[in-house]
Amino acid sequence: MAGDAGEDKDGDGANGRQLQGMRSSSGSPPDEPVAGVSRFVERHPAWALIALIAVAVLLWLIFAVWPPGVEDAIGRKKVFLNAVFNGVTLGGLYFLVASGFTLIFGLMRNVNLAHGSLYLFGGYVGYAVSSWTGSWVLSFIIAFVIVALIGIILQLVVFRRMEGQDLRQTMVTIGLSIVFADLMLWAFGGDFYQIQTPHWLIGPIELPFVTAVKSSGEAVYLQYPLVRLVIFAASVVIGVVMWLALNRTRVGMMVRAGVDDRDILAATGVYIQIVFVIVFALGAGLAGIAGVVGGTFQSISPGEDTRFLLASLVVVIVGGMGSIPGAALGALIIGLAEQLGSVYIPTYAIVVTFLIMVLVLALRPQGLLARR
Amino acid sequence: MSLTQEVRFQAKPPATAARRSGVIAWTEFDNPAAWVVAVLLLIMPLIANGFFLIEIFGTTLILGTISLSLMFLAGYGGMVSLMQLTIAGFAGYMVAVFGVSGSANISLGWPWWLATPMALALATAFGTLGGALAVRTEGIYTIMITLAIGAAFYYFTNQNWAIFNGHTGINTIATPHFWAVDWRSDIPFYYVILATAALCYFAVLYVSRAPFGLALQGVRDNPRRMAALGFNVNAHRVSAYALASFVAGLGGVLQVWNYRQISPGSIAVERCIDILIIAVVGGISRPVGPFIGAFIFVILRTFALDFLVKLGLDGNRFRLLIGIGFLVIVFWSSDGVIGLWERWRRNVAAAEGRSRGDRGHG
Repeated sequence: MAGDAGEDKDGDGANGRQLQGMRSSSGSPPDEPVAGVSRFVERHPAWALIALIAVAVLLWLIFAVWPPGVEDAIGRKKVFLNAVFNGVTLGGLYFLVASGFTLIFGLMRNVNLAHGSLYLFGGYVGYAVSSWTGSWVLSFIIAFVIVALIGIILQLVVFRRMEGQDLRQTMVTIGLSIVFADLMLWAFGGDFYQIQTPHWLIGPIELPFVTAVKSSGEAVYLQYPLVRLVIFAASVVIGVVMWLALNRTRVGMMVRAGVDDRDILAATGVYIQIVFVIVFALGAGLAGIAGVVGGTFQSISPGEDTRFLLASLVVVIVGGMGSIPGAALGALIIGLAEQLGSVYIPTYAIVVTFLIMVLVLALRPQGLLARR
Repeated sequence: MSLTQEVRFQAKPPATAARRSGVIAWTEFDNPAAWVVAVLLLIMPLIANGFFLIEIFGTTLILGTISLSLMFLAGYGGMVSLMQLTIAGFAGYMVAVFGVSGSANISLGWPWWLATPMALALATAFGTLGGALAVRTEGIYTIMITLAIGAAFYYFTNQNWAIFNGHTGINTIATPHFWAVDWRSDIPFYYVILATAALCYFAVLYVSRAPFGLALQGVRDNPRRMAALGFNVNAHRVSAYALASFVAGLGGVLQVWNYRQISPGSIAVERCIDILIIAVVGGISRPVGPFIGAFIFVILRTFALDFLVKLGLDGNRFRLLIGIGFLVIVFWSSDGVIGLWERWRRNVAAAEGRSRGDRGHG
């Protein structure tokens, strides 16, 4: 183990990885996207080619002015572009939920099946705050803080007592999700709530994507709701910040080391409980933020907790457990599949998502970007 | 994994003792209480009225059979599968689709003796395929994948109108009628359920002592060692899924005969989790656990409303009660009610032993 880690530190990630089989060490730059891509291309040229072609086709469909033949085959470009944008922005929301889930799982081996409840609770808190104070931004901050506090309490009171017993922790999270769901149903009833979008974000914005060309030769550009784009940009920023924090800071280093081998990390003198609490708070807080986002995008009601729990499950199964870039990729794929599916094959949209999961499980059970 | 591990440690002493004494460990058989329960169950129609017979005891046995399949996978195979209710629901849907029902455009109208085996075979195939997918991963991943499969099937039935009739589901499903007996009338149906549940119970008990079951428990404890010894680990796991799917399918057929209708609501994610709760509350180290858990669950579900209202509380908080109860059980006992019972008995025995020892010294 130690020898391999030393080897990896010298930058020879692939070699050490092969020696160690599935388990890689913290020293290697696993989340370094460029290195990962080049290694993937080296190892699986055929898959890389297929992925490249798929991405190229998608980009062409997005940017090119569609010739009439394509429009006849799959309908108007506006519909397609809207579906793609909806998919990408939905992917941003899924990423917010799933990244907390995958972070908690990666470090603590805790499948937090109450994550959906944290999402829903964040939505309710955000609704309460925004309808009370009228401030949309404030609702994000308060939802983050309150849900993160709940995460801290959960970690300190519940999960710390049963450390290392992952199945039992999972059972406890199931029980908690039932209790939370019923408490929230009690407090907020079965109504639908929608968080008011602030007035400076209401309305569509014109994007430089040509949807069609009029007979006069004038190009028609895509109109898209501004708020969804802002939220998507924010989730990208959060993702990048999280990636930087994990890969460039000291705490991030501890977290990554803990993901790989928490016993050794604890043995080196790191007070690992603090790291656990920080990660749990961050993951829960992200779920809270996602709840506010979901409440603005769509609506919040009982049952949304299960929906988003399942979405994040599928996202992390596809992307790979415990990997932030994996969560991003999985969220993008699932969001796109869901939206494109609901436009082009409405009856079987959910089956498309499921088929993607099955395909990933069959070809790469550990997930697309997982390391173990 | 640790839950099952702890369970194993607790379950070990009686099992090894029984094996050493040369008796097949049908532990429940030398227990007079088991005989009392068996006789009670057999003469239940004399004691209970129609409501209690089917709504309480029949439902208990059906839910117990479905969670028995989860107990078999979790307790002996170390695989916690949340899709057992989905498999049961699939069997129920297949009974409705192949058999006779109110939705004439969907149902094929086969007689029950053809539709039921077909449904069981398809449910077993469905569960085995799901299992083959789930065994590609281990431990807690299994929970997530099986939960995702269950959810996908739930949403699929909601959206598919050609076979599953969307969210309205399929109603007025015909039940078997032969030898001049309506097998869905209370007393015959109770005995059908009892016979099926007993069959499944003893089958699981038998398999757990058969070479296959022992190898499966070996796979649960140390898959790498079993692989090194020449056992095909994945084949054992998939076969376990096949057997469990058949048991769950039987439960599903009974359930659809019981309610005479099936809809996506009866295979929702919460229902899948209920099955896990039943198995865990009862205890997943022994086949009798799921039935105990199912009894507690059904009693709570039926009477919690009245009970809460009587206490002056909101009767709708039944799920809160279930959730808290589940949390308490998971917190204090790694093996459900059976574990609590055994711990209590051990404590009593220890206390008796101590007092006897004191007397001996004094």
